[in-house]
Amino acid sequence: MDATTRRRLGKVLVFAASLIPLALVGADALRGRLGANPIETILNRFGFWTLTFVMLALVPTPLQSLFGWKWLAPYRRMVGLFAFFYGFLHLSTYVGVDQFFDWKAIAADVVKRKFITIGMLAFALLVPLALTSTNAAVRRLGYARWKRLHRLVYLAAVCGVVHFVWRVKADLREPLVFAAVLTLLLGLRVASYLRARRQHA
Amino acid sequence: MAYGDHDADRQQITPLALYLRRREFLALGAGSAVGAAALARAADAQPPLLKDVRKGPFGTDEKPTPYEGVTGYNNYYEFGTDKGDPAANAGAFRTRPWKVSFEGEIEHPQTVAIDDLISWFPLEERVYRMRCVEAWSMVIPWVGFPLGELVKKLGPKPKAKYLAFTGNLDPSQMPGQRREVLQWPYVEGLRLDEASHPLAILAVGLYGRALPNQNGAPLRLVVPWKYGFKGIKGITKIRFVSGEPATTWNLMAPNEYGFYANVNPAVDHPRWSQAKERRIGEFLKRPTLPFNGYADQVAALYAGMDLKRNY
Repeated sequence: MDATTRRRLGKVLVFAASLIPLALVGADALRGRLGANPIETILNRFGFWTLTFVMLALVPTPLQSLFGWKWLAPYRRMVGLFAFFYGFLHLSTYVGVDQFFDWKAIAADVVKRKFITIGMLAFALLVPLALTSTNAAVRRLGYARWKRLHRLVYLAAVCGVVHFVWRVKADLREPLVFAAVLTLLLGLRVASYLRARRQHA
Repeated sequence: MAYGDHDADRQQITPLALYLRRREFLALGAGSAVGAAALARAADAQPPLLKDVRKGPFGTDEKPTPYEGVTGYNNYYEFGTDKGDPAANAGAFRTRPWKVSFEGEIEHPQTVAIDDLISWFPLEERVYRMRCVEAWSMVIPWVGFPLGELVKKLGPKPKAKYLAFTGNLDPSQMPGQRREVLQWPYVEGLRLDEASHPLAILAVGLYGRALPNQNGAPLRLVVPWKYGFKGIKGITKIRFVSGEPATTWNLMAPNEYGFYANVNPAVDHPRWSQAKERRIGEFLKRPTLPFNGYADQVAALYAGMDLKRNY
């Protein structure tokens, strides 16, 4: 199997695997296994997977810059788009199912509840990244500008984790796991930046 | 009214057997997932039927939330913080022997075995709305006795102005207590006049059966005009005191959870609106009613109080 075929196969696998969380929601819904409050369950699951995919999208770059592992790089874009996809499902569930398009209630939530404000901001930050995810967009913007723009993902990730931390009533374990993972992923970037600077000096 | 008379309508409005059958069916179809296993276990171990339960006052005719919802979707952090944790982790919790002590400013302080306590008063079914502070709600056919009757029997002294409730403390049996998610044991409180109000009950059962462990067995508080977290579970002590007692969620986040915690659509929780609620099993949210729809009965208790400040 040549490199192109391997990569193509890898992408098919990553694509299929990324749809598993959605498929499980569907399967559980059909079997009536989403619990007594299925809307809350779906909302929480999509939120969990949004954050998980954001974290996963941040994994390939530090592995490449610190250890030279390039084999994850081809999947970064797809994984990032799945983060957007699950974020879209999470937001859509909130707007269209939980609040059932009660725009007044939604507006009040966005203004008054800081965990919703910052969650909306996190999603808004992902939108330009999803829109400029094509090769054509990279060419149009020029790589340097495109790269600068896509650094917004760091802010989106931080906002997403804070959204989760602020949402939880008392048990912070899960949001703090995300916070720790994000700290590590951003810390690795700082480390590789410092190392690069030292080498240039 | 004898329970027998009422049994026929209870069968109509609350087909418990049907829910349990459906649950078994779901569990069968669901393979080996943990949730399904927990459900199957729960279906095997139905609590015993309670005898001589009469129909009590104040019952709503709204459709009760299915048994599987009432017993599978719980906030009982002593057994874990996920809604399914209590059902999954409370199965082996020992509720006998169990003693409840009554202390403080009362004429007859004493410690009583739970079964003796239950025999002191006739048991009543009270079909109440239950509104959680998280903006969901249920309708639950509780079985219990009026807290006011107990208060009367214990003989509060003039200095008794509040009741301070304490929940069970036993990290060996309550895995959630092995972490300081909240300060343990859980504590709650009521003003004496709130506790004496005929709506307030101590529950020992639901759906005509003994209280499942995940719902607060063997003894829990039910004050339907207040948010659900006031309903302390697994009660071991009630102390009559002169000053406002500490309450667990208020200790945790005083700006979010007050002592009174009366259901009030006009006062938002900082992190979510309280204007509406989702009744478990329904799709569209419904408006939340002041005092959870019990304003006619209880609003007078708070006459002259600023309910925005005393949330």
